Amino acid sequence: MEWTDHKRYLWLFGLIVPLFPFMGGGLATLTGWSVFWFIGPILILGLIPAIDLLAGIDRSNPPDDLIAALEAAKYYRWITYLFLPLQYLALVWACWLWAGDTLSVVDKVGLALTVGTVAGVGINTAHELGHKKEKVERWLAKIALAQSFYGHFYIEHNRGHHVRVATPVDPASSRVGESVYAFLPRTVVGSLQSAWRLEQPRFKRRDESHWSIRNDVLNAWLMSAVLWAVLLLVFGLGILPYLLLQAAVGIVLLEIVNYLEHYGMLRRKEHTGRWERVRPSHSWNSNNIATNVLLYHLQRHSDHHANPTRRYQALRDVEEAPVLPTGYAGMILLALFPPLWYRTMDPRVLAHFDGDMSRANIQPRKRDKVLAKYPVPETA
Amino acid sequence: MSRFRCDSCDYVYDEATGDPREGFPPGTVWSDVPDDWPCPDCGVREKIDFVEE
Repeated sequence: MEWTDHKRYLWLFGLIVPLFPFMGGGLATLTGWSVFWFIGPILILGLIPAIDLLAGIDRSNPPDDLIAALEAAKYYRWITYLFLPLQYLALVWACWLWAGDTLSVVDKVGLALTVGTVAGVGINTAHELGHKKEKVERWLAKIALAQSFYGHFYIEHNRGHHVRVATPVDPASSRVGESVYAFLPRTVVGSLQSAWRLEQPRFKRRDESHWSIRNDVLNAWLMSAVLWAVLLLVFGLGILPYLLLQAAVGIVLLEIVNYLEHYGMLRRKEHTGRWERVRPSHSWNSNNIATNVLLYHLQRHSDHHANPTRRYQALRDVEEAPVLPTGYAGMILLALFPPLWYRTMDPRVLAHFDGDMSRANIQPRKRDKVLAKYPVPETA
Repeated sequence: MSRFRCDSCDYVYDEATGDPREGFPPGTVWSDVPDDWPCPDCGVREKIDFVEE
């Protein structure tokens, strides 16, 4: 069968993200405008949402019988591996600049925000790698997470979020009436507790202590502790505030993306007490090509949740999936303004549930208010 | 010894080898695996959804 993957070389654009700090530094030096140290947030919140709108939509899917061959092609996975050395080169370079006195404090903060952008997108790279069955890729996932001290994400996401997605018990599924500012502490704290609990049963079954180096939460944190200790030893304690800031930015960026992915979606509870099987209709999708290329098809989120181990290049657009009005970058911006977010998204959630908002995942303390605004239809 | 396959991602639980990482030593029979144990690779399906090979 004749088919060419027209995104094959576009995936290389993803490797531009870890180069943001170098681009910012280069432009600041060339132009003398130190605002370029803030290039990370400028791109994510300004330029990329605009490019997304201009570049438009790509709904093309690989033919079903070529998916296995597409997944087997090593070229695609090497692109994700290459992200890591660039990510860490940027971090070390930034530490060197934070430790030196060539930059003002404001420039250093800008650089920390830019490095944090890389850390956040690095969590996306870790996400792609962490879902794979190959051991080496699972390890690379933890290495990519070490920069942001978010190694427990590897456990919580795969073993927690994917099992409980679009249910009220999932800390990483956002609810109608829940602003991103209410969601952030709930998901950060909830994910941490969840990861810690998820690792315990497998040790208990063998009568072993979960305080073990084989505990994937502990060994991931240890990796971060070693990385940070080395950076602090080499570059001095003075870089600590910037190191903390970049990690916080990376975590917040990732969690805002979590906020977008399942807003209001709810699986039905079956009479057996189990949640219905995860379907493509339980995740928001976006086919905006610019952000899809930068995020390894993360926005084809419905197919990802239906087939979590499927490699990014083979993820498909699915007809029954609800669709976001634009790509993740623009949606992040929108999420920062809750009234605008509700006005844009709540009617879409309502339409998704055929006009019956009571079928959505609603923030419990906002339930009466939400249902007063969107009354349950009489025929329901 | 029997083998059970996740119908979502093709992960296979083999009673002979068990899954030591999950806390099931070699020889752990399927009936000793808890019903709510999710597939360790995809998390989409649980034990009771697995199919015998």
